[in-house]
Amino acid sequence: MHPISTVHYLVLSAALLLIGTVGVLTRRNVVIILMSIELILNAVNINLVAFSHSWHGPQGQIFAIFVITDAVAEAAVGLGILIALFRNKETVLADEIDLLKW
Amino acid sequence: MNFLDNIWLIPLFPLFGAALMLLVGRKLDPQPVSEVAIAPGVEPIFEPGHEQSGSFHSHGGGFHTHSGDSAHDHGHGHSPLKFLINLICPGMILLAFIFSAGAVWQLAHLQGERIHEVVKFSWLAGLPFHTATGQMASFHADWGFLLDPLSSVMILVVTGIGFLIHVYSTGYMAHDNGYYRFFGYLNLFVFFMLMLVLANNYALLFVGWEGVGLCSYLLIGFYFHKKSAGDAGKKAFIVNRIGDAGFILGMLLMLSVLGTIKFTDVNLILRSGLFTPEVASFGVLSTMALLLFVGATGKSAQFPLYVWLPDAMEGPTPVSALIHAATMVTAGVYMVARSAALFQLTPHTLTIVAMVGAFTAIFAATIALVQNDIKRVLAYSTVSQLGYMFLALGVGAYWVAIFHLFTHAFFKALLFLGSGSVIHAMSGEQDMRHMGSLKNKIPVTHWTMFVGSVAIAGIPGLAGFFSKDEILWQAYSSPQGSQVLYVVGLITAGLTAFYMWRLMNMTFYGNSRVKPEVASHIHESGPAMTVPLVVLAIGSVLAGWLGTPKLWTWFGENWRSFEAWLEPSFRSAAMEAAKEGEHSASLEWTLMAVSVAIAVIGISIARYFYHHKPHIPDSMEQALKPLHGILLNKWYVDELYDFLFVDGLCKGGGRLLGSFDRNVVDGGVNGAGWLTRFSSKVSMFWDEWVVDGTVRLTSFTVKLLAYPVCMLQTGGVQVYAFFVVVGALAFLGYFVAR
Repeated sequence: MHPISTVHYLVLSAALLLIGTVGVLTRRNVVIILMSIELILNAVNINLVAFSHSWHGPQGQIFAIFVITDAVAEAAVGLGILIALFRNKETVLADEIDLLKW
Repeated sequence: MNFLDNIWLIPLFPLFGAALMLLVGRKLDPQPVSEVAIAPGVEPIFEPGHEQSGSFHSHGGGFHTHSGDSAHDHGHGHSPLKFLINLICPGMILLAFIFSAGAVWQLAHLQGERIHEVVKFSWLAGLPFHTATGQMASFHADWGFLLDPLSSVMILVVTGIGFLIHVYSTGYMAHDNGYYRFFGYLNLFVFFMLMLVLANNYALLFVGWEGVGLCSYLLIGFYFHKKSAGDAGKKAFIVNRIGDAGFILGMLLMLSVLGTIKFTDVNLILRSGLFTPEVASFGVLSTMALLLFVGATGKSAQFPLYVWLPDAMEGPTPVSALIHAATMVTAGVYMVARSAALFQLTPHTLTIVAMVGAFTAIFAATIALVQNDIKRVLAYSTVSQLGYMFLALGVGAYWVAIFHLFTHAFFKALLFLGSGSVIHAMSGEQDMRHMGSLKNKIPVTHWTMFVGSVAIAGIPGLAGFFSKDEILWQAYSSPQGSQVLYVVGLITAGLTAFYMWRLMNMTFYGNSRVKPEVASHIHESGPAMTVPLVVLAIGSVLAGWLGTPKLWTWFGENWRSFEAWLEPSFRSAAMEAAKEGEHSASLEWTLMAVSVAIAVIGISIARYFYHHKPHIPDSMEQALKPLHGILLNKWYVDELYDFLFVDGLCKGGGRLLGSFDRNVVDGGVNGAGWLTRFSSKVSMFWDEWVVDGTVRLTSFTVKLLAYPVCMLQTGGVQVYAFFVVVGALAFLGYFVAR
């Protein structure tokens, strides 16, 4: 039985990143997209914590705390925008909303 | 006090009065500004609800009686301001008169030649040039004043008669609005008239000449709310301008030939023998004299240009007396007399002057025979008497012309003021057909006018006889004269006597034809009006004794003081030759008797026609209807002028100018407009296709290039995210592959 090494963490992290990215690009529901973004962020967090552990330094963990805080703020703002959007457009499907163009 | 060196002050007195009246009078005038002057006795135009000051209502039917002494409750009738105006304006003229009298007195006691010149300062000075005779000269005109016997007579007449008429006006105009305006103009007139007669050169004389013309215009149009008065003023102004053009041309010709326009220098040059009389030809001097005479015909109402004077009677009567009888209209006579040295060298022009004068005299007298307006009779009489003066000038008897001017000033001013008093008494009625039997109602006016009529008719002992008889004698006996001129003058004398006594009979004697509503108001004028009448009547009797006929001797002494006084002004070598030829005394006596006889005949016929047999004039009028019509319509000269000049020349010229305007001026304007539009079209084409085209092409290119880029921008969030991922992978791939 192999002990759990840094590489394992990195594989998990890469898998989460991939799942999150595919989720962002393919899911239509904005809520799911936001959740996929959370997955990407958490993939990063795992990376940070893993390297922090392997290098015996606190910086990675501190940075991870920052990222969690950032994710909270982002989720709050994102859901707020989503509610405003829903009130106006009565939809939460990303492909029905094409406002971001000139 | 040295009056002689201060003669320049004389015109300043009336100027001061005029300036005071015209600059501040309006502010002090108690009248509301909106109320314009109302002709004396003319019923004022009432606007409903517009309260006129008091007295109009106090007389029945709003009729305005007009008297100096009857009680008037005009608010302004006795205001202190009016008192001040009455004090200042006539007072200024009185001062000028006293000053003039002092100056003339000192002139009379001058050692040597009786000429005094005061030059105050230079007015116009031009560059030197060559005159026609080759001498060097430069145009030069000063504010210079010349007092010599000729101008001394004029200033005494202007200020003396002027003062009396001012006094008269204080009574006559008492109830008119615009009191200050009237006196301001009147004083201004006296100022300009004094400038005219005191000037020492033609240019300054012309200043006065135009100034009196202006005042004449202003005063003729004094009742400017009446269209006829305004028209008459304009007519006077325009007709006078025609004459003035001649005057200016004559003056400039004189400058270019003689090199000077100063009276004394002109006389000096003309008498120096440089120029010989133009007996055989009509040369440059004759032209010059003729042009000056054209100016005189305008101002002095001689034949072709006399038409303005009868119409000038629209002005207030004192104005007619002062300007259009006694002073201004004699300016032409004065000017010709002033140019005596010139005229003496030009016998052809003198003949023209005499002929025009004689023709005007008889022509105007015929019109006066049938006129019914009392002032118009006197107006034509004035034209006729001025014709006499020019007749005298034309036969070379300059002093006689001035003598007649002098006596005429008295009796014609008297007659005009008398007629004003009659009009005043008649509440504004001027038609003699509605007068008659006024003798006892206005006795002072009647007696003074009686004296004036006798004087103008030429009854021995009064002023008119002496001057008129002298003119007739000179017309007969002078080398320039002829029997024809004499006969014309004689007939005119008869006509004069006739129309004056027609006027007297229709006005004062016979049956009353007064309208009943006027009759109750007839009253004698106040002392302000009657006193000047009496003074003028005395003058009309005495003025002539200054120039009694040559044959009348006292104590072996020939008492011709007027001729002796004026002699220095008209002395010249040429005139010595022109002295009257030898004629027998019996001939002169005969002619004198004839002229008296014809005056008496004229008076008798008028008396017989209009007093004893009033139906005769009517039946004659019926019998001679065409002739009467022609005379009543003034020989249709006004109509002729209207047809020839007003309609023909002005309107015809207007048509010509109109077509020029339409075709050339408008064409030019339209052409310029078309050109502008064309060039703007070109400019617009350039703008639209070249400038705008470039701009549009640029934007089109940019748009074209931007099109594929725009295709990428779908607005889908996930598409963008996809690009981000692709980009990130590309980066990653790049670093990995490296």
